[in-house]
Order: sequence, then structure tokens, then C-alpha cells
Amino acid sequence: MPLYVLKRVGLALVTLVLLSLIIFFAGQVLPGNAGRAILGPFASQQAVIALDHKLGVDRPLIVQYWSWATGILRGNLGMSYQQQAPVSSFIFPYIGRSLKLAAFAFVIVVPLSILGGIIAALNRGRAVDRILSTTSLSLSTVPEFVSGVVLIVVFALGFKVLPVSANAPPGSSFITQLKYLILPAIPLVFILFGYIARMARAGTIEALDSDYVRTATLKGLPRWVVIRRHVLRNSLLPTITVIATQTGYLIGGLVVVEKLFVYPGIGTLIINAANDKDFPTLEAGVLFIGMVYLAATLIADVIYTVLNPRIRLGKAE
Amino acid sequence: MTLPASPELSAPVEPSTTLEVSHLDVAYRVRGKDRLALRDVSFSIGRQESFGLVGESGCGKSTTALAVTRYLPRNGRLSAGSVLVNGQDPAKMDKRALRRFRARTISMVYQEPGRALNPSIRVGRQVAEVYEVGGTKKNEALARAEELLGMVQIADPGRVLRSYPHQLSGGMLQRIMIAMALASQPSLLILDEPTTALDATVEAEVLDLVSSLRQRFQTSVLFISHNLAVIAKMCDRVGVMYAGELVEQGPAQEIFDNPRHPYTVGLLRCVPRGGQRKDHGRLDTIPGFLPGPGEVQVGCIFAKRCALASQRCLEETPPMYDAGAGRTSRCHYHEQAPELPRATPEDVTLRSPDRSGEPVIRLRGVSKTFHTRGEHVRAVVGVDLDLKAGETLGLVGESGSGKTTLARVLLGLSVPDEGSIIELEGSPLAPECAKRDRRQLQAMQIVFQNPDSALNRRHSVRHIITRALKKLAGLSGEACERRLLEIVRSVRMEERHLPLRPYQLSGGLKQRVAIARAFAGAPRVLVCDEPTSALDVSVQAAILNLLADLQSRERVTYVFISHDLGVVRYLSDSIAVLYLGRVMEYGPAETVFSGPHHPYTESLLSAVPSLDGSPRERIRLKGEIPSAAHSPSGCVFHTRCPRRLANGLCESTEPGLVEVEPGHMLRCHIPVDELRRLQTTEDADLKAGQPKIS
Repeated sequence: MPLYVLKRVGLALVTLVLLSLIIFFAGQVLPGNAGRAILGPFASQQAVIALDHKLGVDRPLIVQYWSWATGILRGNLGMSYQQQAPVSSFIFPYIGRSLKLAAFAFVIVVPLSILGGIIAALNRGRAVDRILSTTSLSLSTVPEFVSGVVLIVVFALGFKVLPVSANAPPGSSFITQLKYLILPAIPLVFILFGYIARMARAGTIEALDSDYVRTATLKGLPRWVVIRRHVLRNSLLPTITVIATQTGYLIGGLVVVEKLFVYPGIGTLIINAANDKDFPTLEAGVLFIGMVYLAATLIADVIYTVLNPRIRLGKAE
Repeated sequence: MTLPASPELSAPVEPSTTLEVSHLDVAYRVRGKDRLALRDVSFSIGRQESFGLVGESGCGKSTTALAVTRYLPRNGRLSAGSVLVNGQDPAKMDKRALRRFRARTISMVYQEPGRALNPSIRVGRQVAEVYEVGGTKKNEALARAEELLGMVQIADPGRVLRSYPHQLSGGMLQRIMIAMALASQPSLLILDEPTTALDATVEAEVLDLVSSLRQRFQTSVLFISHNLAVIAKMCDRVGVMYAGELVEQGPAQEIFDNPRHPYTVGLLRCVPRGGQRKDHGRLDTIPGFLPGPGEVQVGCIFAKRCALASQRCLEETPPMYDAGAGRTSRCHYHEQAPELPRATPEDVTLRSPDRSGEPVIRLRGVSKTFHTRGEHVRAVVGVDLDLKAGETLGLVGESGSGKTTLARVLLGLSVPDEGSIIELEGSPLAPECAKRDRRQLQAMQIVFQNPDSALNRRHSVRHIITRALKKLAGLSGEACERRLLEIVRSVRMEERHLPLRPYQLSGGLKQRVAIARAFAGAPRVLVCDEPTSALDVSVQAAILNLLADLQSRERVTYVFISHDLGVVRYLSDSIAVLYLGRVMEYGPAETVFSGPHHPYTESLLSAVPSLDGSPRERIRLKGEIPSAAHSPSGCVFHTRCPRRLANGLCESTEPGLVEVEPGHMLRCHIPVDELRRLQTTEDADLKAGQPKIS
């Protein structure tokens, strides 16, 4: 078991290195160069070349990658072209705000969608199931910028019950901050609810139809004991994997929502950096999203293993 | 282990029958229409009686069991008739009463024990639940669970209780299921194909266990199986089901010896029994197909497949006639049933294999070792075999004995160990099939157990066979088309089947397509890996006839793997008995079956229940086949051998495979004359009515 976790962590690290390579070289493919981006269209060519040299972007790519990658290991994310400051000096508050929004959406969507999936499964074929399944599926097909706009129009501009912007004024209480996050979280919840609920429903139905549930029922156990003890644990195993991949999506999906709700998170930062050709900031932001994705998958794999004795203990003989 | 008597059970008059099923109809709702899965089924089970339901797939055996426990699928319902267990109708119970009924009155064990237990909860917790339902505290329930496992002869109950299902073998799990089922001392125990997924030796143990516990707990049993011999062994009375109807019932002995319904007669003729062999004549078959649910509205449900049927059978639904000797039969002509004309002519002229010629396949020192996680699993060890043209070699042994691995090595799907020699018609074969040339690939083909997964679902029959003809036989155009039709007819299929896809075919037809595909390249050797295990008895008979005919015509050599010794005996000319990858006995089929046997062969033979009621059951193998990663010292069989020598030779030295009679090889320290003496005197004792229980 510990060996398994170590192996998974090792694999995650390898993936991270590959990811950094992709991010770095993809950044090079983008048109325009750093010196020109910083100095603007009217600077002289000499000045641009001089600045490029100063920034080191005229060195061979592999050398640049090496110094960038080793820099990250030392905690140096590079200098932002735009802000003229180390990326590490300003990126963390953005990350913090994004994580807050993502965590809030996550905390709402996971229990809700699992519950929805289970309720739908237990009422398979009945009206409750049809309504839950159809609604969740329809909601997950609506892009977050559409549902976000509708929500703003209805709740922020129409009923005026919730703020338009996501960012609470400085110094607000935790509750107030959450209130500001409700509207931006909902589009994310909509999208994820469909996937997770569908998976939970399928898993629960499979478990309900299984032979071991028949065994348990024919033992004369009350239905809720059968469900709690025999259905849920087996039915939620596949759902865990889905939640992990969707968490990655959640972080990626922030880009749109943050922009829409003018929320200074990592998504906004990445978009601005991309517009400004501020590669170090862009690369750091994307790398962070990748890390969250990997961490989510890793955690899901470990939980899956812990809950599944067939993997945890291996096959005897 | 006594439970407080429930008020229902201590009703003033206890009914004399445990189960009373009367005029039961069960309908499944499919695409908005009710389809009858059971029609007018009536039978009863007396106190402590064992009643068997037998029939082929789709006959409604399991539906009957589910109706009794009120656990029909969501689209199923009891549309007429009634079920009474101890005089109570489960259909009329409220939730509480139904729970109590399931907890105390009725228990069920079913086919795949590996799926019947929750994979993520320890076995102990699951067994303890049975007691917790009755209100026992958790710790006490666990203690009782341990006691219970001791009762079903589980040697180390503590360890087993702490295990998860996937860590235990099928036989062990099924014993746990039986223990759980009997823990509440139910009035009725339902066993639905309880041994179908198990090896014959394990099956024998489980069946013995059921018999002894049934005596002890005085439980009535409803035993469901497709295996006629198992039913004959386990049941007092039998009901034969066909297409949702109970067509005949009566005392087990009467039904199997003297059936009075054409379906029962036909079914019994499909099974090779009494040492029947392919050169004795073809097996009889049942023509036609099972009618779909609701297809037959009036008349006898079996009429379309029955050689005795007249106009009356199509117009008038037969009632249950009294057919004498306690039998009832749903046939207008039950008196003539024993004279049912054969559907397949018996006469057959099969060419016997050419024993003198050069072998088609020669194996010398073939071994296969798997290296996994630092362990060396010796799946096949030093096998020497010669296969002649047109001969069938039967490979016999429990699961884990190396049968399939040997076949895979032969086909080049697994690479054998260094030094193994495989020769095809005198020239050595490359160990990997990728390195064999087309002629060599064409020479060796396989038919798998499950045609469902062996055929590509998206390809039509025409595509599947044509592709084989192009790839293996190198045919194209006109010639290919002609050969296609020829092959399709030779497996008794018709042109109209060509555009169909596998999912549109029945199991038997699918297996015919697989056989046609294998024969496309005119192979020299055909490996048949349990080709009839997934099929019904009546379909199996037709496939066995087909294989025998094709072999005789094409002079193909078969390597026939099967766990069903009756089937192996029917088709094989020679037999190799494998245990932990070693050939323990090898010789002409009749010699291997008539003896003297290797003690392992002897145990296998005595494990198989027989329809002929021959007094074979004197040897029981204890425990399970050891892991091939840790083969025992000396003779690998000594840990389970019922005839192990007292002088320690078996533990220390591995015996060689020695020719004890012409063509008959044994791997045993016991001299052959001693084996013969041991095996025949006990037979004599049994015949004299003094069974020796070893």
C-alpha cells in the first residue's frame, strides 16, 4: 500500500515534468517576443534586442527551459514582464482566491450531485429519476458563460439579491465573502452536477442489481441497511474517479467564470498574461492548474485504493 | 442457534407442505407488453423433502425461485396463481413481514458465489449480519459466525472471517454462502445452480455438505440445476421445466429411468452416459428451437419440436396427466413417450484414427513457467505427447491443472520454456505464433468456450467465415464463395444465416459459426477449449455430433478440453490427465476410464455425479489444488492423495510417467497391480452392499 502510493507520487512527478515541458515550449510557439511585448510597438529594434538579451530569451530554448525549470524548484517562478516583479511575489493571492471559489463550488456540488444520483437510482424509472436525470443533463450542457450571464441578469440585476461582482470588499466577514461567491459558483455547479450525478446513478443502479445486494436483501436486512452498507460503498467507487477529473475541469473552468464575474483569480491572471505575452506569469499559472489536476487525480486514486480491498490487498494465491 | 418462535410459525395447524406453488403465472413486461415467463406452474415440497427443478436455459427455473422469494426483477410480476411457504403467501406480506419471512423462513444460495458476497466488506461481517437481523449483538454475532463456518468444515474460520471475498476460492465462498443460508435454520432452502461455477471435485464436496446439513437442520430444499446428474443425486422428487411450463414431475428415480414426457425423454438422450462413445453412434438431439415467451398460446408448448405431436397437440393444451408411479406428465401421448422416435439417426460410420501413422503433433519436454512478482509458477511441466491424425486427445483436470496453458503453448499464444519441442508433422514449430508461417498457422485452430466473446459482434457470419477463408486458406472470388457455402452447410447452417450478426444467433448457432471459422483453413489440429460448456444439453449433443462428423470426414486431430468427463469420454480416443501441469495419466480413453486409474483420475471420476447411479463415490479429494507457484515436494499430488503410501516415498520422490500396460502411462509409486486390486476389491465391496467409506 505505501509502495503503491509512492509509485503513484513518482508517476505524478514525471507527469509534472512532461507538463512543464509542454507549457514551456507551447509558450514559445505563441507569436511575438518578450522584448517587443514589454517595450511596445514604437521602441527601436536595438532596444528590443538589448532587452531580449537582458531577459535571456535569446538563449537556446533548452538552456532557457533548464534555467526556468530549476528556478521553479528553487521557488523562483521568473520575472513578470508586465509587472516588472517576480511572479512569485504576486501570484499567490490570485491562487488563493481561485482555490476559495473552486473549493466553494466543490463543497456544494459533490454532496449534492452524489445525493441526486443516488436518489435518482433508488427511484429508477419513476418521475423523480426522470426529472433529476433530464434536468442535470440539460444543465451540464449549458456553457458557464451563458448560465453565468442569465444568473447575473436574474439575481444580481433583476432581484438584486446577490452582488454582480464576485470579489467581496476588503475586510468582509467569511459569510459575506461566501455570499459574493454564490453566483460565480453556480455555473460551475451546474456543469459538474450532471457528470457526477450520472456516474453516481449508474454506479448505484449497478450495485442495486448485483447479486450481493440480493443476498443482503434476502437475509432480511432492512432496506436502508442494505443501501448504506452494501450499495453505497461499492456504487461510489467509480464516482470518485469522475470527481477527480472533474476537479481538474473545475479549475480550468474558472477562467471563464472569473472573467465574467470580474474576480481576480488565477483564471483572470492567465488571460491577462496571455493578452500581454507575459510568458513567465502565464507559465506559472498553467503549471499551477496542472498541479491541482494531478493532485486531485492522485488523491482520488489513493481513496479508491483505500476503499477497494481488491486493489488494496491484491489477490491471494 | 435457536431463534424465538415467531407467532406465524407456531400457528395451531402446521401445514404439511413447506412450499405449495399453485397455478403460478409470472409475466415480464418487455416494451410495454406482458410476456409470460411462467405458465400454470404447480408443485409442492413436503417437510424435509428435496425437490429438483431441471431444464435448459430460459425454461423459468430461476424465475420460479425468485417468485418464491418475492425477488422478481423490476419488470416481473406474479400475474396469477399463488405461492405458499409454510402456509403463508409472501406476495401478501407487508414490508416488515416480508423481511421477517426472508430472515427466518427462507434462504437462497446461487450460482456465482464470488458475486453473491459484497466485495468490499469482510466475510465475517457479512456472515454476522444474519444473526444481527435476529437482534444479536455485533460481537456475539461474530463469534457465532465463526462457529458456523466450523460447521461447514472450514478449517481456519478465524482467518476466513477476516478475509475479503476476492481472497477466497469459489468452493470456499460457496460453503460460506451455504453456511449463511442455513444459519437461520430456514424451513426452505433454495439452491439455484449452486455448483455450476465450481470444479467437479469441489462440486462433490459442496453437494455432500448440502446433503449432510439438510439432514441435520431438517430443511426442505428446492434445488435448481441444468445438470441432470446433479439433480438425480440430490433430489427426492423432480420437476422438468420447458419454456416456462412444468412438463413433468415425479420421483427422481422414475423420471430419470422412465420418463413420460417427450421433452424429458429427448433431454436424457442428449447426454452421453454409460460410457457412450462417438463410435457407438450419434447422440440424439432435440430438433428446432425454444419458443419465445408468449409465442405458444394454445396447445402443447413442446409440440413444434416433438416427433409424437399430432393435430390435437396444436389445438388442445394438455393437462397434467397422471402417468403412474407418482409421475404426472403434461403430454397427451405420455404413454408413448418412451418410444419417441429419434431426431438424429443413430447409425454412424466413423473412421477410427490411424494409430500406426506418424504423429501430427509431437510434444517433447514442453514446460511453461510464468514469472510474476518473483514467483515462478510452473503451469506446465515436462509434457510429452503424440497426436495422431484424426485422433481426439482429451485433456482433463481441475482448474489450475494447466490444460488451457498447454493448449495455448501448442497454438503459439504462450511461449514455452527453453528446450520445449513442438513438432508439426515432423518439422519443428516456432514457439511464437507470429513467427510461424501461414501453412503452420492454418494447420492449428481453436474453438473457444464462449462464442459470444470469440466472435466479433459487428461482423456478419459471412464476413467472419470469408475472412478466415481469405487469410487462412488464401481463397478469393468464386472459389471463396463456393467454399463458404460448403463450410456453412457442413456445420448444418443455412444460407439465410449468412447476413446475420452473432447477437442474432442462438448460442448453439454461434458455436457453429466458430467451428466453421476454425475449419475454414482446413486445419490439421483443432483445439476445443470447453466448446460446449456454455451450451444447453440439447445443443451440446448437436455440437458433439458435428465435431465427430467433421473429424471423421476431414481427419482432423482434436485437443479437447472439458471439465465434463462424460463429454470427454464420448469424444476422446486418448486422454491425458493433468495435475499441477504434469501428466499424471495418459492412455487410450477406454483404458483411462476403466482403470486401473491413477489415484487422481480415480478421485476425479468419483467426484462426478452420474445419471446411472453407479456406486462410485468412495473417494473424496480434500481441499483444493495447491498453487503452482509452490508445488508440493515429491509427487505433486501427495498432499491430497487418498492412497498415499505410508513409507514417505510419495513425499520425497517424484514418480516418473511409466508405461504400465501397452499405451497406458501412469505417474504413481503404487504398482499398477496394487492399484487394480485396491480399485476392484472396493468395487466388489460396494456391489455386495457394504460400502467402505474412506
